[in-house]
Amino acid sequence: MTATIDLEVREGVDRETVETVQSMGSYKYGWDTEIEMDYAPKGLNEDIVRLISQKNEEPEWMLEWRLEAYRRWITMTEPKWAMLNYPEIDYQDQYYYARPKSMEVKPKSLDEVDPKLLATYEKLGIPLKEQMILAGVEGALPSPGVDMAIAASEGRRVAVDAVFDSVSVGTTFKDELAKAGVIFCSISEAIREHPELVKKYLGSVVPQSDNYFATLNSAVFSDGSFVYVPKGVKCPMELSTYFRINAENTGQFERTLIIADKGSHVSYLEGCTAPKRDTHQLHAAVVEIVVLEDAEVKYSTVQNWYPGDEEGKGGIYNFVTKRADCREARAKVMWTQVETGSAITWKYPSCILRGDESQGEFYSIAIANNMQQADTGTKMIHLGRNTRSRIVSKGISAGKAQNTYRGLVTMHPRATNSRNYTQCDSLLIGDQCGAHTVPYIEVKNTSSRVEHEATTSKVDDDQLFYCRQRGMDEEEAVALVVNGFCREVLQALPMEFAMEAQSLVAISLEGSVG
Amino acid sequence: MLKIDNLHVKLEEEDKQILKGLSLEIPAGQVHAIMGPNGSGKSTLSYVLSGRDGYEVTEGSATLDGQSLLDMEPEQRASAGLFLAFQYPVEIPGVGNMTFLRTAVNAQRKARGEAELSSGDFLKLVRAKAAELQISPEMLKRPVNVGFSGGEKKRNEILQMAMLEPRMCIMDETDSGLDVDAMRLVSDGVNALRSPDRSFLVITHYQRLLNHIQPDVVHIMANGRIVKSGGPELALQVEEEGYGDLLAEAG
Repeated sequence: MTATIDLEVREGVDRETVETVQSMGSYKYGWDTEIEMDYAPKGLNEDIVRLISQKNEEPEWMLEWRLEAYRRWITMTEPKWAMLNYPEIDYQDQYYYARPKSMEVKPKSLDEVDPKLLATYEKLGIPLKEQMILAGVEGALPSPGVDMAIAASEGRRVAVDAVFDSVSVGTTFKDELAKAGVIFCSISEAIREHPELVKKYLGSVVPQSDNYFATLNSAVFSDGSFVYVPKGVKCPMELSTYFRINAENTGQFERTLIIADKGSHVSYLEGCTAPKRDTHQLHAAVVEIVVLEDAEVKYSTVQNWYPGDEEGKGGIYNFVTKRADCREARAKVMWTQVETGSAITWKYPSCILRGDESQGEFYSIAIANNMQQADTGTKMIHLGRNTRSRIVSKGISAGKAQNTYRGLVTMHPRATNSRNYTQCDSLLIGDQCGAHTVPYIEVKNTSSRVEHEATTSKVDDDQLFYCRQRGMDEEEAVALVVNGFCREVLQALPMEFAMEAQSLVAISLEGSVG
Repeated sequence: MLKIDNLHVKLEEEDKQILKGLSLEIPAGQVHAIMGPNGSGKSTLSYVLSGRDGYEVTEGSATLDGQSLLDMEPEQRASAGLFLAFQYPVEIPGVGNMTFLRTAVNAQRKARGEAELSSGDFLKLVRAKAAELQISPEMLKRPVNVGFSGGEKKRNEILQMAMLEPRMCIMDETDSGLDVDAMRLVSDGVNALRSPDRSFLVITHYQRLLNHIQPDVVHIMANGRIVKSGGPELALQVEEEGYGDLLAEAG
């Protein structure tokens, strides 16, 4: 009987995909919200950094931290080693802070939030009212992030932190989480309310000086999410952040800090979208995760930033630094990402396996269609003894897109008896796209083992014809074959994400055949 | 039901004529067999009828229930009731057999303006049909044709046929790679599907399949044309004498 139920669930998932392919247009989240905004003056200098800090009502130490980053950043140059081709970014031709006017006085609760903002999230399928989440939502678009309706129907709840351009609009279920001792709030609030935690951990995984984009983020990050799960606590619900870029010519620089104290567990979901704009927009985020002894963190992303049009006009430039530090023994972290959006993706969610017997996993689907370029992968830094890591990467290229997997596995001298397994598969659709695999492997002890398997294949005409002979149209057939190719990663996603990811896979490949 | 008239087909890539004026008519409810030596164009005929890329029709027509097949996309032909049991069923890694079946069934229902099957109805139906073909629930969950034995692949084709309930079934060397038991299972499956409003075109090298699936008409194909048609006894003659005399007789 168990088998039947399992089967039916999966059947449902696939049917959803197929229906979505047939019913959806290409980029579903390309609309914008007309809302009055406060901008910082265009460009970047120390005054802007001070202004952002002041808008967030930050203490002096935070401003100093930012300024230190800024002063470092102006001495740095943009990295050029990735297989990405894009025109020079003019960092002075951007806004670094944009806040809806109605957020000037911070709403004390969700009831006080501007209805326009609430409506925006509602339309995205992310209702910010707790009771609505419980009741399930009807009529909302399938969300690129968390599928609340499914979560609700399963009796599960998801807390949301909603970030709109430079500010956090609101966070749900805060009180209930607080009862379990879990702190879930915007990072600007954490800086004010929990300075001891922020001071201790901010920059401890991704230092201010880490890389060009992380340093830029350290100087100008405006908001983001903060999570602290205390010792021994299993977080009573999934946590999520939903990022929405709305304003034009504005970069989004969010910073997320997650701390899982000894023996705790948390699952965290991240979703992102942006309106269709003709100009490119910059997104440079930093995510830091600290995992202490016996703690476990699962971090899942569905990245669906606007990818630009077929000619490569517009779209998000996504330069993101994500890193987890398994700081103590038996800490465990799992990254799962579905990357379908952005014109440019530069992103390598990494694991530092410092604690003995700590474990890192990375599951990724990266899809690049039309003129999109993705250079993404992971780093597994084995420092502790008996550490384990596993990488499963599925890259799909279509149109004229270029898709690069770039990975580093390193076994330090002390990391004895450690293991890594890497599987890296590329799928090509059509004959004008490219797939590239760049694995770096360093082993500095004799007892560790690293395995790397890689395949490159094309969507097979025989497979498509077989599906079509059975009645599926070409796009349905491609979606089915590609979903099959991604199966292992889709199965690693939380249920709420898996459905959405399946449909996204299909939508992202629209127009890639025929 | 199926009417093929003076069909001329060449390979798209090279200037090679494969079918050279093939004509054939299969009335509703009949089973026709096509036999012929290697390279006579039997498989090409099945691919052209089902709409595979790589072939160019230079002359002639093919209609199913009066509708011209050659103008349709492969999936439209499928929804119109044309089914091809592949000689080499294709593997689709990561896609569950059940998912594939259900997607196909519902795609065709949708194309015909019918309501999709509910999850429960579909499962009931597929389980019953699978059991008849001795296809285990485990095999239904495995990825499409991946790691299937030759016999399993062919039984799986018949299961798809049973689920899709086509009007016109083309079987391309379904007997190749089958042992005696598998051949019986497959034939029983096909015979169960025989009905007054369903027709079959059975392409085969060997007469033995036709012991199990009794044809109404047997055609001998050579050099891109039907050179002789007759009753089941024609297949027996081929079995005994080979194609030599028949072809010489046809010139």
